[in-house]
Amino acid sequence: MIEVKDLRFVYPNGVEALRGVSLKIEDGEFVAIMGQNGAGKTTLVKHFNGLLKPTKGDVYVDGVNTKDVSVATLARKVGYVFQNPDHQLFCESVEQEVAFALKNFGFDQETIEKRVSWALQLLGLTQYRQVSPFMLSGGERKRVALASVLAWDPKVVILDEPTIGQDYAQKEKLRQFIMQLRTQKKTVVIVTHDVEFVAECQPRIILMKNGKIVADGSAKEILTNPEVLLQASVIPPQITQTFHYLKDIGLPTNVIDVYEARETILEFLGETKK
Amino acid sequence: MSFFEGLKFRKVSSPIHDLDPRIKFVFVLVIFVLAVVFAEILPLLFLFILQLPFVLLARVGKQWLRSLKGAIFFAVLIFLMNFIVSFIYAGYVVTAQMIENAFTMTFRFIVLVSSFSIFFLTTSPDVLGLALEQSHIPYEFCFAFTTAVRFVPVLADEAQTIMDAQKARGLELEKGNFLKRVRNYIPILVPLIVNAIRRSLELAEAMESRAWGATKKRTNLYVLKPKREDYLLAFITVAILALAIYVKIFVPIPKITQILRISA
Repeated sequence: MIEVKDLRFVYPNGVEALRGVSLKIEDGEFVAIMGQNGAGKTTLVKHFNGLLKPTKGDVYVDGVNTKDVSVATLARKVGYVFQNPDHQLFCESVEQEVAFALKNFGFDQETIEKRVSWALQLLGLTQYRQVSPFMLSGGERKRVALASVLAWDPKVVILDEPTIGQDYAQKEKLRQFIMQLRTQKKTVVIVTHDVEFVAECQPRIILMKNGKIVADGSAKEILTNPEVLLQASVIPPQITQTFHYLKDIGLPTNVIDVYEARETILEFLGETKK
Repeated sequence: MSFFEGLKFRKVSSPIHDLDPRIKFVFVLVIFVLAVVFAEILPLLFLFILQLPFVLLARVGKQWLRSLKGAIFFAVLIFLMNFIVSFIYAGYVVTAQMIENAFTMTFRFIVLVSSFSIFFLTTSPDVLGLALEQSHIPYEFCFAFTTAVRFVPVLADEAQTIMDAQKARGLELEKGNFLKRVRNYIPILVPLIVNAIRRSLELAEAMESRAWGATKKRTNLYVLKPKREDYLLAFITVAILALAIYVKIFVPIPKITQILRISA
């Protein structure tokens, strides 16, 4: 469980990035943190694995105050996949890249072998095992970065902008993959701008603006609330907009994903036929 | 890193910031040369005090102090080296003269750091590139220079992100003996260098697609023209140089130890 109590954070250059954030993320929850650039999303999640320490307030991960432990200790529990895979790939082969963190955490050789194979399989990278990560495409590099974090099986997985630079098919794969993580009872936190992706995944949404939380609730509640979205400068998903513009003919406005839209429209057509 | 902070330009408007970079550079160069030419504490002190009005006028006192603070390590090193060497040469005795000499060398270093700090704190890389161009240095070199200067903060930010990313994968930089610690930096340096190379290739393509080097003679949006203040600084520079040459040739400069009549 992650617990944040009245967190304030000021960067050394004086920018106040977080101005009193309090929240609780239970084990196994799936949370999307959304908001404009500079709202403090990344600053907030960097507190979850101790990369940043609160200027004021406290962050507890499983009851442990992040001020009291090193990043390496927290990282064992909280895996953080950075936005740009090029900020972490450096090894000669994909296999070594995935094994890097495992070696840092002091796993034995046999476990490392097993975990690497497992993680590569999980992300469909087995055929690239001996290939240099620099030879791979952008999407593949992103998956290598993800594999290199999932390999040590952290309880919490933080994904910073996982959908950037991914085509639609890859996004769908990522969605299925996140669902798979959830069946393994992992806590998943994503930082994203991608409303369409969020509408399809339907996580709990934490909406941020100017270093504060402006709304916290289910995807359906938040994505269909135009006032709240406007406040955080987030544009609703296309499906929601479509239904919003069709409300005059009697359609509901609280629809966010394609399947639900299909059901609602069929139902509506059935009614009008009668 | 604090040392580099002291050289980083911030956009402010002040009489010093608005000076022509070419004349400012000559001024700094004159201070540099004089600091090397004179080996006595009094003229060095004069050169140091001479810079204070510039710091105050440009309102960069905080950053300037930071650059001096960053230079403390080397300053102490220079003092100790000079002192120890002369101590050994003199046959293991300490004299006031030795301390003064060591201190003079250290102070010379401080004057040099201070003058360059003032120059870089008050001159934007853009204007500097413009100055180079108008000094008939080939545009390729000016461009390479300004680009290099401009990308220093970008690289510093990127290094920080990479460090965070690797720490998140359990890397502990401060762990192990000296050799292990050096090796700990490989996961930081490789992505940093790879990204820098990748970015430079992208930048080259972006520049080419914006017709870089299409004409031999480039025109500029801004043209540097010396103003009244610039002529004043030029006059001050010449005056200092003339005074220095006169003093160097005709006036014997006493040492502090001689003034205070401290012997041995």
